[in-house]
Amino acid sequence: MEPYPYTVNPFVHQDRFWYPFVSPFDPCPPIRAKRYVVPPNQFLGFQPPNLLQFPPAQALMKGTLWPALFSPYKKTGKVEIKDP
Amino acid sequence: MWVYEKKLQYPVRVSQCNPTLAKYLIEQYGGADGELAAALRYLNQRYTLPDKVTGLLTDIGTEEFAHLEMIATMVYKLTKDATPEQLKEAGLGDHYADHDRALFYHNAAGNPFTATYIQAKGDPIADLYEDIAAEEKARATYQWLIDISDDPDINDGLKFLREREVVHSQRFREAVELIKEYNEQKNFF
Repeated sequence: MEPYPYTVNPFVHQDRFWYPFVSPFDPCPPIRAKRYVVPPNQFLGFQPPNLLQFPPAQALMKGTLWPALFSPYKKTGKVEIKDP
Repeated sequence: MWVYEKKLQYPVRVSQCNPTLAKYLIEQYGGADGELAAALRYLNQRYTLPDKVTGLLTDIGTEEFAHLEMIATMVYKLTKDATPEQLKEAGLGDHYADHDRALFYHNAAGNPFTATYIQAKGDPIADLYEDIAAEEKARATYQWLIDISDDPDINDGLKFLREREVVHSQRFREAVELIKEYNEQKNFF
């Protein structure tokens, strides 16, 4: 199973997938890949000084001044899912 | 004391009258991991945590009230012109019977807010880890709300609020690092 064929950067690639058992007797159509998000605060540690910043107007809209702390979220169902 | 600025932290726009969505959003208003619980938790814990992190708890607790105000505005806008008939269809008949269109501190299932949602243990590690957990749970709640909502304007605001939870969690993690240090203690053993 190789979910990311490129170099993984946890600050960019925040989605994780796991693949639950699918029974032939499941009543609903199976969701083969279950997604969860691991936000960048899990990796940053104590924030170092002088990180790259968004321009102020953009930062106000995004909710953070630093790209390193930005966590985009796409609705479940709109995420491209790779089967194992 | 506080200084109030009569504006929202982030603009709240609503695409359509959708009382069903309001019923879900109320989870972040009076739910266990909602903004009210967060604000009360931090502003209460700050007295008995090391003074190094008091300012952080004050700042974040205050911001949670700004978020509470945004959620309240969303809920208000989604329901203000809904007819009793529409509210009934949205599953808000019980709410209408008790409150008309007034907001109330309860969760999406209608359970009233309770102080048992929050904790103050007095132990700095225990309390800060609870705060980190609360931020991650609030982040998750916003994700499920974004998933269940098809209102692009509401989702825009929810994504902003979700990002703030990520930043708050980061700050609480830094607070843990601060209080792990030996501070002014004499550095010989």
